[in-house]
Amino acid sequence: MTLFDLFKRRGSAPVARERLQVLLAYERQNRNQPDLVAILREEIMAVIARHIQVGQEDVRVAMDRGDTMSTLEIDVNIPNGGALIAA
Amino acid sequence: MGKVVVVTSGKGGVGKTTSTAALGAALAQTGKRVALVDFDVGLRNLDLIMGAERRVVFDLVNVTQGVAKLPQALIRDKRVDTLFLLPASQTRDKDALTEEGVADVISALREKFDYVFCDSPAGIERGAQLAMRYADDAVIVTNPEVSSVRDSDRIIGLLDSRTLKAERGESVNKHILVTRFDAARAARGEMLNINDVLEILSTPLLGIIPENQGVLRASNIGSPVTLSEPSNAAARAYIDAAKRLEGEDLPVVLPFQRQGFFDRLFGRRAA
Repeated sequence: MTLFDLFKRRGSAPVARERLQVLLAYERQNRNQPDLVAILREEIMAVIARHIQVGQEDVRVAMDRGDTMSTLEIDVNIPNGGALIAA
Repeated sequence: MGKVVVVTSGKGGVGKTTSTAALGAALAQTGKRVALVDFDVGLRNLDLIMGAERRVVFDLVNVTQGVAKLPQALIRDKRVDTLFLLPASQTRDKDALTEEGVADVISALREKFDYVFCDSPAGIERGAQLAMRYADDAVIVTNPEVSSVRDSDRIIGLLDSRTLKAERGESVNKHILVTRFDAARAARGEMLNINDVLEILSTPLLGIIPENQGVLRASNIGSPVTLSEPSNAAARAYIDAAKRLEGEDLPVVLPFQRQGFFDRLFGRRAA
């Protein structure tokens, strides 16, 4: 950092402002909607449970928000020797 | 019919109780009849800030449950005789307050007072929702800091959906009160400035309370800052905010900003 940068340096407030704007835009949009991840988790659980015996803790559903694209991650642990239920 | 004003924030420690005391006392000094109601059941503190902690006999829960009559529970301020306090209970039972009980007390207070200030507990749970339930106006206390602004946004969402006014298709008059503002730091870009906060929350401004040592001094001695140090910068900002709550059209000025040598040299100004 040069001496010039020290004088030119902008504070951290613009970063705070931008982070808040992005976050609140998202939170307001979802405020009156039911928890999407919870609903997905429940329905995915129901589908899997029809065919495989899994416990609540064996299914993990996570949502990761990106700027242009979001990912939905579904992680299902099938215990070895777990009974497969024929469809 | 008096006006019911909830002082709320979501986040704790931003200055709800201090602001309730300061605004209420400022209005009472102009001759208005003012009741301050502490809704923070289990963690009451408005009595301490008002210097009335040794005069509490009955509380809000006692009144809602019919154990005491409202006039028995109201504590008259020793400095301003139109200022009254209804303390919160210290019970650990979070369900001690019922919606019907609160409705009765608020409507009784409305009859007797020009202003009923409801000092909300922190959070967005039942206690906070009961405090805002019957409000006509809301003072949303916000620090210029990310977590406080985010929580204020949540509270604004609740004010627009969970209050009686909202359910009737009307709306609560919402005002932002920025507290602990440091104009010099905001000017240097180290702190969110007023325009940032207002733009993000898109809610009108009631006042800007500068970070000031007098506020802690006032709480140390158990007096609203507007009574103990009325000429102090924070007190003056509270007095102006109280006038705006009364409907007076008073321009908001940025608190006095001390310019340092380098600020002057490089010509930095407040946004």
